[in-house]
Amino acid sequence: MEVLVCIKRVPGSSGTVTLTPDGLGVDTRHVGYVVSPHEECAVEAAVQLVETHGGSATVLTLGPDDAVEQLREALAVGVGSGVHVVGDCDRFGPADVAAEIAQVVRTHAAQGKSYDLVLFGNDSADAGNFQVGIRAAYLLGRPVVTGVRSFEVADGVVLARGDGPEGAELFELPLPAVLTVKEGGITPRYPSIPGRLKARRALIERLEPAAEPSGSGRIRLTLPPEQASTVEILGTGPEAAAAVVDVLQKIGVTK
Amino acid sequence: MILVLVEPEAGAGMDGGTELISLEALTFARSLATAVAAGSGSDDAAVEALVVGPHPSGMLAELAAQGVGVVHHAADPRLASYSAAAWAASLAEVVAATGPAAVLAAGSPRGSEVLAHLAARLNLPMAANCVTVRPNGDGLLASRQVMGGSALEEVRLIGGPGSPALLTMAGHAVEPVAAEAATSPEVRTFTPQLSDTDLVARVRGLEPVRTGGADLTKARVVVGAGRGVGGPERFGDLLELADLLGGALGVSRVVTSLGWRPHHEQVGQTGSRISPDVYLACGISGAIQHWAGCAGARTIIAINTDAEAPMVTKADYAVIGDLHEIVPAIVEELRTRLA
Repeated sequence: MEVLVCIKRVPGSSGTVTLTPDGLGVDTRHVGYVVSPHEECAVEAAVQLVETHGGSATVLTLGPDDAVEQLREALAVGVGSGVHVVGDCDRFGPADVAAEIAQVVRTHAAQGKSYDLVLFGNDSADAGNFQVGIRAAYLLGRPVVTGVRSFEVADGVVLARGDGPEGAELFELPLPAVLTVKEGGITPRYPSIPGRLKARRALIERLEPAAEPSGSGRIRLTLPPEQASTVEILGTGPEAAAAVVDVLQKIGVTK
Repeated sequence: MILVLVEPEAGAGMDGGTELISLEALTFARSLATAVAAGSGSDDAAVEALVVGPHPSGMLAELAAQGVGVVHHAADPRLASYSAAAWAASLAEVVAATGPAAVLAAGSPRGSEVLAHLAARLNLPMAANCVTVRPNGDGLLASRQVMGGSALEEVRLIGGPGSPALLTMAGHAVEPVAAEAATSPEVRTFTPQLSDTDLVARVRGLEPVRTGGADLTKARVVVGAGRGVGGPERFGDLLELADLLGGALGVSRVVTSLGWRPHHEQVGQTGSRISPDVYLACGISGAIQHWAGCAGARTIIAINTDAEAPMVTKADYAVIGDLHEIVPAIVEELRTRLA
């Protein structure tokens, strides 16, 4: 079982977002970067697959030099090897990223490593384009299911489960396939100390982008206008309960 | 012309209507169609819709009220169970036949997925979760939510016959309002050309929605619980309050990460997006991740020990103090008044 899991680093989140002075990016000086949450679950899924079925898991990212840190986080929880396509992610639109990933999959296949599964996060916490996994699936001519909460592989088939409007939906795909994973069904593990040491020594394949990106069409980022607080403090402690119930009754939600 | 992919109302069966966020997209499409027509000196401000597979009885009347001129209906027994690729194939066929200036879908899981499939098929850019879109030269300028809605990205999109702008609309970006004049839409039923590969990733089985507790995304009242609750055994008073109000319990990501409550109760960027009449946020600081899920609430009442917490400053009403003292007092007050 060969699994490729694709991750993106995103700004760490806190109470507020600050933009860079040119308005083209998020100021991350105080928040740093993390692996996008859905993708942490995809990494865990890749590790569990290899634990169950053997084979190996590979983690891929497209990002600047520092993005190697997020690759090492995945290596520290048990992914075997890393691929780093070095580039400024803000210059790459979703179609560009999908094309770079498809190129790596094809190159590795030509070198004898064919991925049975390519995993993505459902959508990134920063750009939220909802496209990279689907576009990569089309470029590779593979079936794709998005929003997968949990899945298992047996006899060349992947059984995936996700949330639909009417309840949990079950899919059954032949391998090779593409899945985009959503947080909720798979709990990421914490890295161990030996895991971290191993990650530091692990070999990471560094690649230049295969093509000049066409871009995301971004003109600039803006922040929604800061709204002055209009909160009405109903009181302090349990004495305020009557005032809360007054509000609930005024809105008409008490039975 | 603007083409809108519409989705049937979830959980309503064949007696239902159109999903609310699809109605929002239709309202949005009307204003965009008017702006595009004015910008290009054309009088084609038409909005058309695509409905895929079996659709509920109430849908057509709602599309008429939204001023839809033509309803394209993809009908095929193979569309009885959902497949994103098959929906996208149907959509691509209508796009090729009608040449819309833009294709719109709701920023729902279905809408985002099908439109991304269409974007991959047509090799065109797509802008997800737009809040405003306006004509700009020979294209469109879209403002879309990024960072869970705490920032906006302005993007330029090409658009026109043969290469439509592909957009999904963020929920609550507009209120769905009926058109000035309702239409009696022409329904064009067609059998889409579906290949076997379009049907590989189709739904093979369905496990009905879990029961117990009002559905979080449809509840009129949501009682929210965050780290301030203090532990998995301390949710009793909050559950009692939710029950008393006929509402649902919603929790922050911290609460599910700590394993205090199951993930399906999570409100936030990686959980559910809610739009209740009242959100009672108890012991929740109001991080961006959480705000992305609860910003659609009409009224927010925050209960928190910290008067400076973002949840408090952004709320409509707040009570400062220990939620485990305040919530039982609210329960008691409610019981007294309802008795």
